[in-house]
Amino acid sequence: MKYEEILHRCFRCGYCKLPSDYLDINCPSYLRFRFETYSPGGRMWLLRAWLDGEIKTSPRLAEILYSCATCANCVEHCVFPKFKDDLLNAFIAGREELVNEGAVPPQVRDYFKAINIQGNPYKLPQDERGKWAEGLDVEPYAGQEYLFYVGCVGSYDERGKKMAQSVALLLGNLGVTFGILGSREFCDGNEVRSMGERGLFEHIAKQNIEQFKDLGVKKMITLSPHAYNAIRNDYPELGGDFDVYHYSQILKQMLKNAELKASGRPLRVTFHDPCYLGRHNKEFNSPRKVLLSLPDVEFIEMDRSRDNALCCGGGGGNFFTDILGPGSDSPARARVREALDTGAEVIAVACPNCAKMLEDAIKTEDIEDSIRVMDLAEIVLTRCD
Amino acid sequence: MEEIYKELEKIVGPEYVSNQPEERFIYSRDPGTMEPCNPDFVVMPNSTEEVQKIVILANRKEVPIVPMGGGLVLSGLTRPLKGGIVLDMKRMNRILEVNETSRYAVVEAGASQGMLQAHLKKHHPSLKHSIPDSPPIATMAGNVLIHGSGHLSHAGGFHSEMLNGLEAVLPTGEIVRLGSCSISPYWFSRAPLPDLAGLFVGWAGTTGVVTKLAIRLFPNRPFNDVGIFVVEDPELVPDVIHRVTGVGVGEDVTAWMSPKPLWARGFQHININYSADTKEELIWKRNLIRSSVLKYINDKIGGFMPLPPPMKKMFLEAPASALVRFADVRKGGGFEYVGAIMPIELFPKAYRMGEEIGERYDAAYSTGARVMGLGHCMMFFYAYAFNRADASDVERAQRALEETNQVALEMGGIPWKAEAPAQKQIIQRMDPNTYGLMNRLRSLLDPKGIMNPGNWEVD
Repeated sequence: MKYEEILHRCFRCGYCKLPSDYLDINCPSYLRFRFETYSPGGRMWLLRAWLDGEIKTSPRLAEILYSCATCANCVEHCVFPKFKDDLLNAFIAGREELVNEGAVPPQVRDYFKAINIQGNPYKLPQDERGKWAEGLDVEPYAGQEYLFYVGCVGSYDERGKKMAQSVALLLGNLGVTFGILGSREFCDGNEVRSMGERGLFEHIAKQNIEQFKDLGVKKMITLSPHAYNAIRNDYPELGGDFDVYHYSQILKQMLKNAELKASGRPLRVTFHDPCYLGRHNKEFNSPRKVLLSLPDVEFIEMDRSRDNALCCGGGGGNFFTDILGPGSDSPARARVREALDTGAEVIAVACPNCAKMLEDAIKTEDIEDSIRVMDLAEIVLTRCD
Repeated sequence: MEEIYKELEKIVGPEYVSNQPEERFIYSRDPGTMEPCNPDFVVMPNSTEEVQKIVILANRKEVPIVPMGGGLVLSGLTRPLKGGIVLDMKRMNRILEVNETSRYAVVEAGASQGMLQAHLKKHHPSLKHSIPDSPPIATMAGNVLIHGSGHLSHAGGFHSEMLNGLEAVLPTGEIVRLGSCSISPYWFSRAPLPDLAGLFVGWAGTTGVVTKLAIRLFPNRPFNDVGIFVVEDPELVPDVIHRVTGVGVGEDVTAWMSPKPLWARGFQHININYSADTKEELIWKRNLIRSSVLKYINDKIGGFMPLPPPMKKMFLEAPASALVRFADVRKGGGFEYVGAIMPIELFPKAYRMGEEIGERYDAAYSTGARVMGLGHCMMFFYAYAFNRADASDVERAQRALEETNQVALEMGGIPWKAEAPAQKQIIQRMDPNTYGLMNRLRSLLDPKGIMNPGNWEVD
């Protein structure tokens, strides 16, 4: 197994379970399940034991490995500098071994199957991929400055589609020239990679790279931080070098010199950092600068923010597989309670997965009268009309 | 066993009980060198009432119970030596009360050191607790109950001395409150009552399950500093400690000696951490500490080490994360230490013994000490790193630890949070009547012997 040489070096000290001020549990799967086995250190020791034949492949082991939301809190807070950067890589390598053994959980198997056959996890036709843009003045990509890459959630999920529409509308209003791929767009593969299907990921990535190159794409804006992560960090080694931006970075640039009028409607907003924008790519400021540029918006940080943010639980494939599952200790529910404690009326998000996860959690917590989820673009649009 | 599993499910809910190989593997061991012992079940209660029901069940079925906090004791005290139920207490992690005026906090037994530290910083910034150098996920309860120590141990002694009272489930299922909380709504003290809390401190979980406890808090002052006084001759250290602690302005006095890095080899470093409400007070305290060891400075046999800001930051960090990194010295994720409680005057002997054993076993070792109270005694530690992937290296560390325990006892010290084999070494030297009393008390409290059996036992 790749990275097996670091597994025994974990002391299981538990710094990886916490944020930097130790306020509360910050590892989504440990928070949810509480057994030591579901902590990063537990995974390290179990993987070692598995390779040594001390434990066998089992559905429980698969659940433990696939409950990791790949949020990278462990990477951020591990105190062992010589191997901390490879913690997540080791967990993904463990998943790859399970894939090779054909021992993944059924939800994971179904996800891979859907991607293989339909090209998206929703099992919807490819020609419906661009339907989110119907009624909007959005052009197909044909050499514009940017390709707006939407991804599976933005293309098919109802919440994701609304977000994609808002971003597209706002980009247009701000004078950004862009086009979309619509039914020609493929999955970005970020979740496929993090779920351990390396072969399928490489196939997807190469297919995308080829298409982007054929179309002459140089610059890209992504809706999802997950796509941003894959294209920015994993595509280059497969031959895909593109200038890729998350949409919050473009909004920040475009709003820098915009003259925004006060709406007269004050709004208290907190921001939930998406893991694949924040911890994975160290982009903490752009979304905040967008919010801070808006008149009448009072910005309030949650106790855990930036590299200490608690994940919504939707990463690492869990958005689709729901291996983390429900319960009051689900990370999304813990996160919306934390947001509510700030006194904010709105949780601003910059990721379609986070938007859906947190909205569902708000409903489950029955706090819809107190707080709601809005994407950055949705907030900007409502403050500028 | 199936019947027990179903009953446990009914008590805590199916999500919080496991008899799966994965949990049985992880909960069979800790990061130290002790051999694993598999539990039959791992259970995570969420309330005192759930603990009570589990204990009553275990009593009825005569199944061992092993309470566990952070699981970071390193000496294997939470390994279920005779199988049974490991009770992972970390779901019970609520901070129940902070009394600012009488400076105490009441917490559940699974509340972590880090969580209380963050809670105080946010809600009661004028207060802090004595945080040990174990990682922040370690629990207050676990540390207090093993007679732990920490960053305020010069000011307040062992953490067990900072215990104001506790709630526990007895091995027969009764819930008891000990200390002022047995009478009053306030958890201010163990005095003036018969000190029954002592029945749970230092017993390695063999007398019951502590579910809540109150600990003392201390002023959190805005200005903090550390000075490191260095001498070469270990014979001088007891006097240095005596002088430094005599002025009584420090919060934590620790010593460290290490063959690596090379600049540190052969020197005795005595850290004095102190704090103040104003810069002037800080300078006054610094001068007072300096004046206490001026004799050695004037004689040019000791002096304060210049501290670059990053190093100072490291020495002011609580808990000190750098200490955990010792586990990677042999690129093997392991270290364990003997922490022997002993009088200050044994320092030179203890130091030489550590150096001799460390070199003889060719171990990656480090030694040091933490002073308890105003120089009333110390915890002298001998830490050995090992590579857990190399069985011979683990065995070497085990042998070094065993010999260290033996020599510490011969010297007049007592191994702290002793491994089960070291407990036997202690018992061999213990006054037989004392050990007899321990056994009589345990028989009375735990007639069926379900609480962490195998600990504090001869056989």
